[in-house]
Amino acid sequence: MSDPVPQFTPVTLITGFLGSGKTTLLQRLLRDPALADTAVLINEFGEVGLDHHLLERIDERTVLLQSGCLCCTVRGELADAMRDLHSRRARGAVPVFRRVVIESTGLADPFPVLTTLHADPVLKHHFRMATVVTTVDAVNGARTLADHVESVKQVAVADHIVLTKADLADAAATASVERRVRAINPAAPLIRNPDLPTVSAAILAGDASASLQRDPLTDAWFAHELRTAGSDQDRRHADDIHAFAIVLDRPLDWTAFGMWLTMLLHRYGNEVLRVKAILNIAGTDTPVAVHGVQHLVHPPVHMQAWPDGDRRSRIVFIVKSLDRASIERSLAVFCGLDAEAAKAVA
Amino acid sequence: MCTLCGVLGGSEHWTDAVARPGVFTRTADPLERRRERARRVIFANRILASYGMQLSDWQGTAFILSTATGKSEMVETLTHLWSVAERLSGRVCDPLDPALLARFGA
Repeated sequence: MSDPVPQFTPVTLITGFLGSGKTTLLQRLLRDPALADTAVLINEFGEVGLDHHLLERIDERTVLLQSGCLCCTVRGELADAMRDLHSRRARGAVPVFRRVVIESTGLADPFPVLTTLHADPVLKHHFRMATVVTTVDAVNGARTLADHVESVKQVAVADHIVLTKADLADAAATASVERRVRAINPAAPLIRNPDLPTVSAAILAGDASASLQRDPLTDAWFAHELRTAGSDQDRRHADDIHAFAIVLDRPLDWTAFGMWLTMLLHRYGNEVLRVKAILNIAGTDTPVAVHGVQHLVHPPVHMQAWPDGDRRSRIVFIVKSLDRASIERSLAVFCGLDAEAAKAVA
Repeated sequence: MCTLCGVLGGSEHWTDAVARPGVFTRTADPLERRRERARRVIFANRILASYGMQLSDWQGTAFILSTATGKSEMVETLTHLWSVAERLSGRVCDPLDPALLARFGA
């Protein structure tokens, strides 16, 4: 029998603006028997928490974080709750869970939640961020995205976007929200029917295996990226958040790329809302996937194979007020500097 | 130590990820790790020279960042390199700076 506790328990963050259907989505996902071994942390903004009651599943693996908004006041509470869950699982005090889902408040900036998992000296050895799922309301989504920067960030950092309430909105409104979402994040798969069982499993399974082997959704992400951002046209809108892809023909030097991205995110971490790359690294046969959110970069994933016949490096940026040309130029210059370092150490 | 929260051990840089299945890192093999550190120092010095600074390896566990006037500071990982560089040099280290890029012939 295999070890029931994964070495790194995947954590999925479900975010989305107030009333966008996060709890409903979570409720549907948890009905899937395949996802029964899921611990849930719910963060509500306000004195009286309701969402956990709506979930219809209150057990010792459901934790309510109620003392404020995740991105401001309860980061410590989140870390404590996750440590406690981990500890109780290790002692056998709660049923074994193989994944964690955090439902944040509609007002939360998702970045601090991701940082908490990476920065906590205990959590980072037992949990890993798997995916960010963002719900967008087809009825009110366009207005919300226009009025609230938090909602734009939530869409920008998403790995999967679920369009909710599409049955209540007319076709024109739905199309308008989709265009807006696509403009902010052209790469994340857009799920229009969250009831599909295959979708629910794929969203939370982010890692199905205990290891960090190839993410089953990575291929879809990049395949989509090629169809959308690959058109080589910036997609801009009023708040100047836009996405673009940089495609590089020759293999990248890992040292140069690491140094460049670190320096870029040090200076412009607040402006680089999302970076996601599939890289052809010199001296490595299979691609390396890099995922970053603002100042935070996840451990690079060494994929088992290229998703298609294209061996070029592809980097997708979702940025605010940054110019594509200058990023492209800077990367080209830094990667041109690698030759000397390689020669000196060879 | 994490410069934001003061928590010990919170500063692992993403390029130094702990070797485990599925993660791309060059920390698994000791020789490869040392070679990677040497490459980083050489590469970083190409950039840091523009700010009058130099980086050197310290015992294979940290780096020392020094200015031309003799100020120096220990840097644990790449996570902190550029914030320390900015403090020591009093300048902004901007990879998009046209003047910086022009120095390298762009």
